[in-house]
Amino acid sequence: MKITKEQAQQIDRSKISSSELTEEQEMYKENIIDYYKHPRNKEELKDYTCKHRELNPICGDEIILYLKIEKGKVKRATYTGKGCAISQASISLLTEKITDMNITEAKNIKREDIFKMLGIPISFVRTKCALLSLKTLTKSLEETT
Amino acid sequence: MKNYKEDFPILKQRIKGKPLVYLDNSATTQKPKAVIQAITDYYEKDNANVHRGVHELSMRASIAYENAHKRVAEFIGAEEEEIIFTKGTTESINFLAYVLGRSLKAGDEILLSEMEHHSNFVPWQQIAKEKGAKLKIIPITKEFRLDMKAAENLLTQKTKILAITHCSNVLGTINPIKELAKMAHQVNATLIVDAAQSVPHMQIDVKELDCDFLAFSGHKMFGPTGIGVLYGKRKLLENLEPFMYGGGMIEEVTQEKSTWKDSPWRFEAGTPNIEGAIGLAKAIEYIQDIGITNIESYTGTLTEYALKELKKVKGIKIIGPQDINNRAPVISFTIQGMHPHDVGEILNQEGVAIRGGNHCAMPLMTSLKLDGTNRASFHIYNTKEDIDTLIKAIKKAQDIFK
Repeated sequence: MKITKEQAQQIDRSKISSSELTEEQEMYKENIIDYYKHPRNKEELKDYTCKHRELNPICGDEIILYLKIEKGKVKRATYTGKGCAISQASISLLTEKITDMNITEAKNIKREDIFKMLGIPISFVRTKCALLSLKTLTKSLEETT
Repeated sequence: MKNYKEDFPILKQRIKGKPLVYLDNSATTQKPKAVIQAITDYYEKDNANVHRGVHELSMRASIAYENAHKRVAEFIGAEEEEIIFTKGTTESINFLAYVLGRSLKAGDEILLSEMEHHSNFVPWQQIAKEKGAKLKIIPITKEFRLDMKAAENLLTQKTKILAITHCSNVLGTINPIKELAKMAHQVNATLIVDAAQSVPHMQIDVKELDCDFLAFSGHKMFGPTGIGVLYGKRKLLENLEPFMYGGGMIEEVTQEKSTWKDSPWRFEAGTPNIEGAIGLAKAIEYIQDIGITNIESYTGTLTEYALKELKKVKGIKIIGPQDINNRAPVISFTIQGMHPHDVGEILNQEGVAIRGGNHCAMPLMTSLKLDGTNRASFHIYNTKEDIDTLIKAIKKAQDIFK
C-alpha cells in the first residue's frame, strides 16, 4: 500500500479511519451489505478463458475471478471467494461493471474508480480489502494477453 | 481495585468522540508512564554504548542493561546467564530453529501443535525442509484443548524437538507444559515453549516448568517493541554455537579464528536494544508492584464475565474453552453472517479496539474451518464496563448487518 505524501508528512489522526457517514454514503453502505449478503455473479464459470486467484493475507480475503473473453470483450465475469463485506462486494460490483466491456477499457480501471464504485470512505487499513478485486482483475488481464 | 487506566496516558483519549476501550492486548499492550519515562530518562541522561567504554555514561548504560537481564531472570525464576535479549518471540524461535537445526538429520522429527502461531510454526517448517526432518502436529480436541493422548503417541525416539505454545493467542487455551516437559524428556527431546501470551498474564517459573527454552516478547507486557527474551537452560546454552557474529560477542579475534564470550553475551552480537531492555525491566517492575498473581486473578474475573456476557448474544460462538480453567484472558468468537474485519471496523466507530482475522494461525483456522475470528483480550487496565461497551457495540454491528 502506498503512503501518500501527506500521510508521510504527518499522521492526521482524524483521517485514519472513516467517521460519520453522509446520507449518500449511508445508501452506498446499505448497497455494499446487500451485495455481500446477496452477491451477484458469484459462481464458478465452466467455460472461462481465464481464471485467477488472489489473496489478502491480512484479512484472509480470497477472490477467484473467472473471465470469458471473446473478440477483445469481457463476455462474462464471475467469481468465487470469501472474506469481508468490502472485498466481496467490491468484486461482485466489479464483475457487473466489466461485463460487456472492452479489455482495453477494463485494463484502464483505476483505484479511484473502485473507491467511487464503492461510494463509502475506505479507511487506511481496509484499502487492501477494497482493491483486492482490482488486483485480481489486473493480474487476470495480464495473463490473457 | 485501583483504576490502572490512569497509569497509561494513551488510554485517556477518545476515538470517534467515545472513550477508547482497548481490547487488543494479545497483539500488544499499552505502555505505562513509568516505562515511557524510563526510556526518556535513559536517552536524556545515560545514553552510551554498552560493554565498550570506561567512561561514566557507558558504565551507567552497561549497568542498566545488565540489570535488565537480572530483572527478567528474577521474574521467570532463571539465572542471569540464561537470559538472552532478542527483538521478540519471533526472533527467539528463529534463533532456536537455526541453531538447533544445525544438528538435525534426515528422518528426525519436530513436533508442534495445531494451535501454534506462525512464529512457532514456519521456522520449524522451513528447517525441517532444509534438513529432511519430519514435521508432526499434535491436534486439538473438540473442547479446544491439546490432545494429550495424541501427544503421547506422537512423541517418539525420533522426536528431537517439541516446540509448543504455552497459551494459544487464538483460543486462550493454556497447555500443560510441566506434563509435556516430562513426556519430552523421557524421549530426550528438547522442549521449547512459546510463552508470548503467558508471561504477561501468569506466574512463570522456568525451573518448575522444566522447559529447555522459553521465548517471549516485551511489548505484550507493557514494555516497548523490539525487545524480547530467550531463556535457555544454562547447560544447554553453554554448548550452543552463536547465532550471529560480530562485536560484543567475541572473546578474542585473530586473522585465523575467533573465540566467544560466555552466555548470554555470545548470543547478543552487535549493539543491543539498550532502551528496549531498560523499558522491559521497568515494565516488569510495574507488573511486580501490582503482583503477577493479582493480575492473573483480576483478568480471570474479567474473562469469566466476558464469556458469560458474550454467550448471551445471539449468533455469537466462542472459539476456545468455554470455562475459565487453564484459560488466558483471550477470547475468540465469531458472529454469524459477519466477517471479523467488518465487525472490527464497526466496533472502531464505538471506540472499541479488538482484533479480527486469522491471528497468524492459518493452520488452526483451516482445521477449524474458519475464515477468521474476532478476538478480545484483556489486561489490568480493562474493566467490566469495557466489556459492557464491547457487547453494546457488537449488538450495534449486528443491527447494521441485519
